[in-house]
Amino acid sequence: MTALLQVCDLVKTFGTGEAATRVLRGLSLRLDAGEMAALLGPSGSGKSTLLTILGTLMKPTSGQHVMLGQDLIAADDRALTEFRNAHIGFVFQFHNLLPDFTALENVIFPTAVREGRETAPARARGRDLLARMGLAERIHFPATNLSGGQKQRVAVARALMNSPELVLADEPTGNLDRVSAMQVMELIAEINREEGTTFLISTHDDKIASLCRRQIVVGDGMVTG
Amino acid sequence: MLYALKIAARYLTASKAQTALLVLGVAVGVFIFIFMSALIGGLAQFILSRTVGDISHVTIEAEPDDPALLISPAGHVLLVAERGRTRTASLSEAATWLPLIEAVPGVKAVSPQITGAGFLTRGAQVEQVSVTGVEPGRESAILDLEGYMVEGRARLGAGLIVLGRELADDLDLSLNQPLRLQSSEGVTALLTLSGIYETGNGALDGARAFVSLSTARTLFAMPQGVSQIEIKLFDLNAADATALRIRGLTGLDAVPWTDGAEQLMEALSAQAQTGYFLKTFALITIVIGVASALLLSTYRRRPEIGIMRAMGAGRGFVVFVFVTQGALIGLMGGIMGAGLGYLALLPFPPREAFKPGTLPMDITQGSYGLAITLTVIGAILASILPARSAARVDPVTAIGQ
Repeated sequence: MTALLQVCDLVKTFGTGEAATRVLRGLSLRLDAGEMAALLGPSGSGKSTLLTILGTLMKPTSGQHVMLGQDLIAADDRALTEFRNAHIGFVFQFHNLLPDFTALENVIFPTAVREGRETAPARARGRDLLARMGLAERIHFPATNLSGGQKQRVAVARALMNSPELVLADEPTGNLDRVSAMQVMELIAEINREEGTTFLISTHDDKIASLCRRQIVVGDGMVTG
Repeated sequence: MLYALKIAARYLTASKAQTALLVLGVAVGVFIFIFMSALIGGLAQFILSRTVGDISHVTIEAEPDDPALLISPAGHVLLVAERGRTRTASLSEAATWLPLIEAVPGVKAVSPQITGAGFLTRGAQVEQVSVTGVEPGRESAILDLEGYMVEGRARLGAGLIVLGRELADDLDLSLNQPLRLQSSEGVTALLTLSGIYETGNGALDGARAFVSLSTARTLFAMPQGVSQIEIKLFDLNAADATALRIRGLTGLDAVPWTDGAEQLMEALSAQAQTGYFLKTFALITIVIGVASALLLSTYRRRPEIGIMRAMGAGRGFVVFVFVTQGALIGLMGGIMGAGLGYLALLPFPPREAFKPGTLPMDITQGSYGLAITLTVIGAILASILPARSAARVDPVTAIGQ
């Protein structure tokens, strides 16, 4: 298998001096293209910090971070922003849609922001993705008028908009009822299977984790299993 | 950046009440700006028209000859001829210069004149007057004599004289009555009162007599030339430049009205500066209002900014969204304020019809374009701080909020 991303000896320390807290303590991890992995571990183990670093939203204090052959530690903010837009999708626990926009406008945001306008091909892909998420009838609904499960499906569609190689999901079902959670996970599994998109899903839920082919356990700032 | 414009517009329309209040606040500021511009500009116009509107804007006066001296070969002064006190100096080649002066850009009218002093006599009554001889047809070239006529006409011809109301009353004169005018040269003419004017200016109404240029030639024994040329300009503010130009063209000593009007100019300048202060305060209010509203908006939208950054929006994109909001608020408020200002100024009479006792608001001096431009620039500047603050939002922290 080809390594999609690799991090080595990641250290992340928040604060300085006596108040310094080391959240990641030399964590190393490799994700191959097409994987669907669950990130498990107790609260405070460093799962969210790891996802944030892998998503290029934060830089580690030390260590190596390479994705698609690019050294992301050396990249500046502008380069990381462009890289993130092109290659990484995010699904957050609280969907985090833009409230003043419709479902379709939310989905096509990553493409529109890259191209500087909403193009017809982007709209077409956005519609396709929403239809795939079972939201064909909701494309022009304001985000605030959607149910929790629908919002999370819109968030998944948005994460897939630019056909990223990696989607990072932080507790994507943590705020959903069991039925909605399973619907979202089935969609994620289907996309992983059909399009080969790599998913790394942080979760506390063993049932959700069991739907992933690989389980990565983080404890005390390191991969423990 | 079209997309950033869409997002900016969406943010503004998403909070309609807040945006409406903000735009209204900006519009009020612009309204004050325009109202002050029209008032200060109109007031200056009114003061100028009342003080210098009826005088010559550029005057060319004949320079009296230097007193003659007779000096002995040893260098002693043998004879000194005193400068004539009554003899009027002459611009002997005035006729040559007139077409040239009339062709100078900005010159509205030219009036060659013979001026001097004299005594009006009617029966036993005698009044000292200042006599101005003007060419028939140019009676209203400088002073709007026709406009000030209360009786008769301003038409001057051989044997005719036009007097002010006060002077006519002092001499108990009515139209078509005869009177004698004796000039400082000792020449007496029998004239008929053909018109009475009233300017409201005592110096004019009580001591100035207008006769035709030919009558003045006889009275002041000046068969050729004139004693002064008065020039009226379309723009009295261009007097200094036009005087220089005429001086360069003719070599004559052309003097603008601003010479000797320092106090008036200082008063107008002080008034204009007061206007600048008030307009600056209005603009500062706009800037503070826009900046504070956008800072609040930035704070409220921190999670959304974080999401945008996470989805690949660069710092420049975020800055553009908020600066565009500022520009749109400035543009909408500017246009609305300018429109309100224009509507509010419409009922006021035009500057030509300013009357004492009313607010001299000049709708043409509202500075509408300037007000809108400065407001948009001000709003853009006001939005830079909030925009930079938004661009610095840490997506991780913001999304976690």
